[in-house]
Amino acid sequence: MLNLENLSKSFRGGSFGSGAVPAVRQVSFSIAPGEVTSLIGESGSGKSTIGKMILRLLPVSSGRITFDGVDVASLEGSALKEYYRKVQGVFQDPFSSFNPVFRADRIFRMLEREYFGDLGAREWSAKLHTSLEAVGLNPADVLGKFAHELSGGQLQRLLVARALLLDIEILVADEVISMLDASTRVDVLNLLAGLKERGLGVLFITHDLSLGHYISEHTVILRRGVVLEIGETAKVFGNPQHSYTKMLLASVPRLHSHWEPLEPGEPARTGPRDAPRGRGRRARGQPLEPVPLLVEVEPGHLVAFEDGGTATAGDER
Amino acid sequence: MSLDVQNLVVAYRTLRGDVRAVDDVSFSVADGEIMGLAGESGCGKSTLGNSLVRLDRTMRCLGGRALLDGTELPLSDWDAMDDFRFKKVSLVPQYSMSALNPTRRIGKMISEVVRSRKIRYKDVLPELERRLRLVGLPTDVLAKYPIELSGGMKQRVVMVLTTLLDPSLLVADEVTSALDVSTQRAVGGMLVELRDMGIVTSTIVITHDLSVLVQVADSVVVMYAGKLVERAPTATVVDAPRHPYTKLLIASLPEVGVRYAEHVLAGIPGHPPSLLDPPKGCRFADRCPLASAECAVEPPLVELESGHFVACWKAS
Amino acid sequence: MSKDTTTTKDDTAAPTEEGNTAPRHELVYFALRNRKLVIGLSIVGLLGLAAIVAPFSARSNPDAFVGPPMQPPSSSYLLGTTYFGQDVYSQLVNGLRQSFLVGIMGGGIAFVVATAVGFTAGYRGGAVDEVLNMLTNVLLVIPTLALLIIVGGYLKGTSIVFEAMFVGATAWPWAARAIRAQTLSLVSRDFVGLARLSGVRSWRIVVGEVAPNMSSYLFLTFILLFGNAILISASYDFLGFGPPGGVSLGSMMNLAFAWNALQLHIWWWFVPPGVAIMGIVGGLYVTNVGLDEVFNPKLRSL
Repeated sequence: MLNLENLSKSFRGGSFGSGAVPAVRQVSFSIAPGEVTSLIGESGSGKSTIGKMILRLLPVSSGRITFDGVDVASLEGSALKEYYRKVQGVFQDPFSSFNPVFRADRIFRMLEREYFGDLGAREWSAKLHTSLEAVGLNPADVLGKFAHELSGGQLQRLLVARALLLDIEILVADEVISMLDASTRVDVLNLLAGLKERGLGVLFITHDLSLGHYISEHTVILRRGVVLEIGETAKVFGNPQHSYTKMLLASVPRLHSHWEPLEPGEPARTGPRDAPRGRGRRARGQPLEPVPLLVEVEPGHLVAFEDGGTATAGDER
Repeated sequence: MSLDVQNLVVAYRTLRGDVRAVDDVSFSVADGEIMGLAGESGCGKSTLGNSLVRLDRTMRCLGGRALLDGTELPLSDWDAMDDFRFKKVSLVPQYSMSALNPTRRIGKMISEVVRSRKIRYKDVLPELERRLRLVGLPTDVLAKYPIELSGGMKQRVVMVLTTLLDPSLLVADEVTSALDVSTQRAVGGMLVELRDMGIVTSTIVITHDLSVLVQVADSVVVMYAGKLVERAPTATVVDAPRHPYTKLLIASLPEVGVRYAEHVLAGIPGHPPSLLDPPKGCRFADRCPLASAECAVEPPLVELESGHFVACWKAS
Repeated sequence: MSKDTTTTKDDTAAPTEEGNTAPRHELVYFALRNRKLVIGLSIVGLLGLAAIVAPFSARSNPDAFVGPPMQPPSSSYLLGTTYFGQDVYSQLVNGLRQSFLVGIMGGGIAFVVATAVGFTAGYRGGAVDEVLNMLTNVLLVIPTLALLIIVGGYLKGTSIVFEAMFVGATAWPWAARAIRAQTLSLVSRDFVGLARLSGVRSWRIVVGEVAPNMSSYLFLTFILLFGNAILISASYDFLGFGPPGGVSLGSMMNLAFAWNALQLHIWWWFVPPGVAIMGIVGGLYVTNVGLDEVFNPKLRSL
C-alpha cells in the first residue's frame, strides 16, 4: 500500500531559489494492491511530478509518501534499493528510456548486476525469458537489438518486463502509451490492466480520459497541482460533479458523437484554457488560490468545493 | 474541384535506397471540404501533406501530379512552388507552435514572414487584426512573446498567419496533437470556422487521432504503409468501414464509456512492413485476418458506393 | 517560423529506423568521405609523426652550434641554420615535440578538470551546480595568456611543464560549461531515471550512461583544448617569456625576430615554426569541423 499524504512540491525559480513555483499542492490518495488508479490531468497539472516523487526521482517539498508505513523520503542506500525492488516505473517516451548507445538489453543487464549478482547465468536467463513471455514478447525477437530496431510497443513491453523481474508491488506508469500507435497501444493498456490480476497496484498517469476510464478502478482528477475530484472511476465518470471534470468530459473527442456546446451561446475558445501556460503561469504578486476542501458527495466520491458552484471559467480567471 | 492528386509517389532518399513513403496515391478534395488524413506513424500521411506544399531536399517526387483549381502544382520545383506557397497552398507544420522564435514578438515574427513573401506588413495589418479578433484572440498578442501565450493561443496565431492570404488549400499537420483536450477542441473548432467563413477553400487535416477527425472532417482518407486504403465520408469510415485495417483500427480505440472490466479491446498484431522493400501484394496482408492467396496481388482502389473507395479484395 | 523551419515528421521514423542499423559502419563511411576530416587529420598526423621521431631524425642537439651561421636550406642543413649557426630542422622537430607535449598535457589537464566540473554540475544540479557554475564563470572571464605572463613573471625560470599545467588549470571553463549543458539535457532523458530506478550509483550513471552519449562531443572538446594549449604556449614563448634556448616553436620565432631575421632575409628561421603552428592549429580546426559533420547527421550530405 502506497500512501500520499498532503504531498506538495515547489520548484525553485530564479537563482539561489529566490522564488518558489508550486507544482503539486496537498495531494492525498493511496494506491492499493490489485487496482489501477488513474491520475488524470492536462499538461502542467503536476501529474508527472507526483509520479517522479513516488519514484524518488524528485525530492518532496512537504507532506510525505509512505510505503507500508515507512516514509519513502527517509530511504537511503540499500534501503532505497530495496524500495526499488518493490516500486518501479515506466515512462512516456519508450525511445528515451533506452540508452541509444547500447543495446536494449542493457536495462536488464543493469538489474542483473545490481539485484541478481548471485544468480547463475542459466537461472538468470530463465528468469528473463519468463518475464518477457509474461508481457507477450518472444525473447528471440527483442534480445540483442538496439532500441531503434524495435517498435514503440515492443519497447514499452520490455520496460514492463524489466519491472516484473523484480518483486514489484507498485508500478508507476507515466503516460506510457501516449506515444504508441493506436493499433498497438491497446495491447500495452491491456497488459497493464492484467497486472492487477497479479496483485500489483498500478498508478496510471494520463491526460487521456478515455484511457483512464478504460483501465482504472479509481480516478484522481488533477488541475494545477490540486486534486479536484477523486473516487471510484465509475462514479467520477458516471456522475462528474466538479465543473472542470464536466468540461474535460465534454471536450474529449469521441468516435461516435460530436462535441456538444459547452455553454449555449459561448464560443468554445473563450473558455478557461487561455490561461497562460508553463511553470511561471501565476502572475507575479497574484495570490495563490487556496487549496479547496474535498467534500464527499457520495460514498467513495470526493469533490473539491467550488465557490457558489459556478462555472469553471469564474475561478480560472 | 479544388485539389486533385493523381498517382502521387514521394520518396525519401537514404543510404540504402529510396523509401517510398507515399506510393501511388490518388484522391481529390472538393471546394469547402475538410478532408482528414489518418494513419499510424510511418504510414506516409505527413509526407503526403507536406509534399503538397514543401518538398524538402531529402524528399523526391517520383511520379504523379497534383492539380489545384485546375493548375498543376510544380511539386518538385522548390522555387516555382514559391509562387503558390502561402498564397495558394499553406501548411501548418507539425510542432510549429513550439518552433516560434522565443526572442521575437509575435507581430515582429509575422512581419518577417510576410516580408519574406514580398508583402508589406502594413498592408496586411488591418486584416491580420480582424482575423485575430475573429478567432477570439486580442490584437495585443502581436506585442507579446511566444512564452506569454498558451499552447492553444500559439496554435491559433500560427493558423491565422498561415491562412492570411486566403489559400485555396490549407494543410494542417497534427495541429491538435500536443494540446490538452479543451484546447484541442478550440483549435478543431477553428479549422471548421476558417472553412465556414470562406477564408480557406479546402483543408487537409493530418492526424493520428480519428476521434478528432470525427469532430472536424467531412471525409477521411486512411493510409497504411504508403498506400491509400480507404476513403469515405467521416461517418462511413467510423460506422461502416470496409477495409480490414480500418475496421481493426477503429475497434482498437478506447472511448470514454468502454471499460476493460466489461469489454477487452484488441490491438492489431504485428507491425507495418518496411517501406524500403515493401511486400508485393496488399501491404496489410501479413497482419490481416482475412488474407488469402489473392492478396498476393495488389488490390486496386475501387469505389464501392458513391464516395466510398476501398483497396481490398475482400471488401466487395 | 511556420514557413521556414524544418520540422521532424513522424513519417520519417520508418526510413531512419531502417537506415541506422549499422551506425559504426556508417560513421566510417562518412568519415572517409569527408575531405575536411581527411585533410585535417593528415596534417596533424604528419606533424605529430615528425614530433615523435624527432630524436631519431634530428641531426643534432637543437641548441648546438653546428655550422656556419645564416646558411640557406641545403642538403647538409635541411632548413638552413640560424644567426648563430644552429640547425633549424633540428630545432623545428624538437619544437614540434614540445608543442605536442604542451597540447597533450595542458589540453589533458583542462579536459579532466572540465569533465569533472561539467559532469558534477550537470548531474547534481541544485546548490552544487550553482557554486561550480559561479567558479566557472569567474575563471571564464580571466584571459589565460595575460594571467600566465603575470604569474610566470613572478616565478623566475618557467618550463614547458609549467606552461602546460598552467594552461590546463585555467583553460577549462568554457569546456566545463559546454559539458554541463550537454549533461543537463541528457540527465533529463528517461534512461537516466531508469538507471537510478535500477539502483545504479551516481558516478556509474555518469560514466556508464551519460558520457558514452556525448563521446563525440567530448572528443571534439579535447581537440579544441589541445589546440588552445598549443596556441597559448606558443604565444607565451613568442613574447619571450618562455624557457631560455630555442627549443619551442614559439621561442624559435621569438629569437628570429629578436635577431632581425626578417630584415636579414633569413626566412628559413621563422617561416618553418610559423607554418608548423599554423598547421597544427589549423589542421585541428579543420579536423574539428569535419568531425562535427561526421557526427552530426544534420550536417551530412548524401
